[in-house]
Amino acid sequence: MDLGLNEEQEMLRESARDFLRRECPKQLVRRLDESDEGYSVELWRRMAELGWMGLIFPEEYGGSGRNFLDLAILLEEMGYNIVPGPFFSTVVLGGLTILAAGSEEHKEEFLPKIASGEMILSSALTEPSASYDAASVKTEAKARNGEYVINGTKLFVLNANVADYILCVARTSKTKNPEEGITVFLVGARSPGLKCTLLKTLARDKQCEVVFDNVTVSKESIVGKRDGGWPIVKDVLQKATVAKCAEMVGGAQAALDMAVSYAKERVQFGRPIGSFQAIQHYCANMAMDVGGSRFVTYKAAWKVSEGLPAVLDAAIAKAWVSEAYARVALSAHQIFGAIGFTMDHDIHLYYRQAKAAEIIFGGADFHRAVVASELGL
Amino acid sequence: MDFRFTQDEEAFRQEVRRWLKQEIPQRWIDLDPGIWEETEESWALAREFQRKLGQKGWLAPAYPKEYGGLELSHMKRLILSEELAYNRSPMSIEEEITVNWVGPAIMLFGTEKQKKEYLPKIARGDIVLCLGYSEPNAGSDLASLQTRAVEVGDEYVINGQKTWCSYGHLADCCWLAARTDPDASRHEGISIFIVDMKTPGITLRPLINILDRHSFNEVFFDDVHIPRENLVGQKDKGWYQLVMALDFERSSIGYAAGNQRVIEELIKYVKATTRNGEPLANDPLIRNELAQLVVENEVARMMAYRIAWMFSKGVHPSHESSMSMVFISEVMRRTANIGMRILGHYGELDRDSKWTVMNARIMRMCLSALSIGVGGGSNEIQRNIIAIRGLGLPRK
Repeated sequence: MDLGLNEEQEMLRESARDFLRRECPKQLVRRLDESDEGYSVELWRRMAELGWMGLIFPEEYGGSGRNFLDLAILLEEMGYNIVPGPFFSTVVLGGLTILAAGSEEHKEEFLPKIASGEMILSSALTEPSASYDAASVKTEAKARNGEYVINGTKLFVLNANVADYILCVARTSKTKNPEEGITVFLVGARSPGLKCTLLKTLARDKQCEVVFDNVTVSKESIVGKRDGGWPIVKDVLQKATVAKCAEMVGGAQAALDMAVSYAKERVQFGRPIGSFQAIQHYCANMAMDVGGSRFVTYKAAWKVSEGLPAVLDAAIAKAWVSEAYARVALSAHQIFGAIGFTMDHDIHLYYRQAKAAEIIFGGADFHRAVVASELGL
Repeated sequence: MDFRFTQDEEAFRQEVRRWLKQEIPQRWIDLDPGIWEETEESWALAREFQRKLGQKGWLAPAYPKEYGGLELSHMKRLILSEELAYNRSPMSIEEEITVNWVGPAIMLFGTEKQKKEYLPKIARGDIVLCLGYSEPNAGSDLASLQTRAVEVGDEYVINGQKTWCSYGHLADCCWLAARTDPDASRHEGISIFIVDMKTPGITLRPLINILDRHSFNEVFFDDVHIPRENLVGQKDKGWYQLVMALDFERSSIGYAAGNQRVIEELIKYVKATTRNGEPLANDPLIRNELAQLVVENEVARMMAYRIAWMFSKGVHPSHESSMSMVFISEVMRRTANIGMRILGHYGELDRDSKWTVMNARIMRMCLSALSIGVGGGSNEIQRNIIAIRGLGLPRK
């Protein structure tokens, strides 16, 4: 057993930390949060130059052939710094779907462009029911003259407003088992009939409503097989869940670091507030939450990386980390007191991230239900 | 990163399991004494079992071979601890303290003679020491202890009172912290001694624990004469030795493994039990709570694994052990509480009724888990350690 990072991973972590500290200061984070696009073309280009977008793709598709664990480590750093933008939707939700289930043509067409930073992807799964199960997929794709016509409304779609392509999860057959009859389509974001509306959200994270009104796509745009989409979605959801946990671990670590450093400096009653036991114990609890989160996440990430069954581990990680990050962010706010309640201060950026991350891909209750099923309950 | 055990380690786990299946006596299984429920009978069974473990080299597997250990790898020790706890082996708290606190301190600070005398005995299970740390006015603030040891000729004469001395009435010797220089500052002037419990002048008064068992004692020392050679390490520097020995190995993996077993039993119970015509396992609240316990126990296990892994890399954990300890203690309390909620009235029943479920484990744990998170440094003290040592927060 080895719970440590290898040399390459250490280097990746260090260089990511360095780069983001320099190139993604909180002023930029705020500006992007407040913008409609939510990302910086310049930062995006530089991240691509560092090979981040193609990190996990094989070299033949312009990537660096690293594994999922490496990606998780990068995401942890991105979470630590908060990097606004469509990295998660492009690389994790989009890229990993195409890598796992796309045709050779898809891979050749999309992956090198993702890797080079030329292409942004988004994934449209959830609908107004706001849940992650197959039965909630109501958007329909009907075959017509060798093409498919998509109709329906997708909601909470990350970064669709800046995407070049949107992976649309749609129902192609009505079946008794809701997990059958689902197909994944690659849809050009500027296709006629596709309308994207940016939603205002707590984390200002560019979630969108995407309406498909008779959007026509070719049958070549199907990722995987017709009616065989749900296993693809499930697979990428598992990876995304673990990837999100990694990002959350980074965010929680940052909130802890910020709170601890403030507690050391802030003087009240003639002494640093960090010398008061109440504050010390908040910090100790936060440190336990961060430490606990990190290793269940690494375990799940390692399993995904090794291609081992990870349903239980991914659910355990998300069930735990969702609540742990929320607790850490909340305690950080308590330690910062009034100054944390201002837009000027940075801690609310993490609190917002924690809240959004708690919900996405299913919250703690959702994942505890998965754990219960996995235990045979 | 690799969360797998090696083939060799997995084979070792199987070997341990097979051995435990053979060697855990049926009588012990029938008695099923939980933590703090030991009796004289169960103590005797545990001693016998520990000697057998000692013969295998598994009682003190970390010790150097010359002292009766196996120099077993950290990962195999982790596996051994997991299996011992999961299989509810006849172990006692004092045995673990003897092996994991006393032995290492002797190894670090003892004379050659002391090492040769005590370590092989500890490793064989031939000697068990109880802890003489706490006093009526020195609990969490251990450094304020007042028991005196005065050097007189070739002897030390001890006077004072210790308390919470678990299994002092059954142990062979006491690992005693006493003040040798009353004028020095709090942390200076403390020394460590090994005291034979049969030495004249020692009297014990039982303290009956919350499970109605005699596990603790008040120990009174009235002019107890011990040989000077029973001083361990440097005179007046006992505090530092004591703190270092406390750090030696506290991965708390045993707690996580033992708790795992309880959670599995709860899961089995809800699968097999119907209430108001509905299987308990269908109740969404129960599913949610049991799942949360599984999640938390996994977090606890990873925290413990991390400590074993740090040791295996030659890194000495400090606040990480505190984290692991605080966390599992709270998970165990929640396990007991959630267990009580799931079992309802049945959770209240003690053993010996035809209505008893899960051998009353949950009600017993509801009581015994109160001690985890208090003994050996309360969770508040552990949180102080995490904050000050781990995060660098100021003392003042």
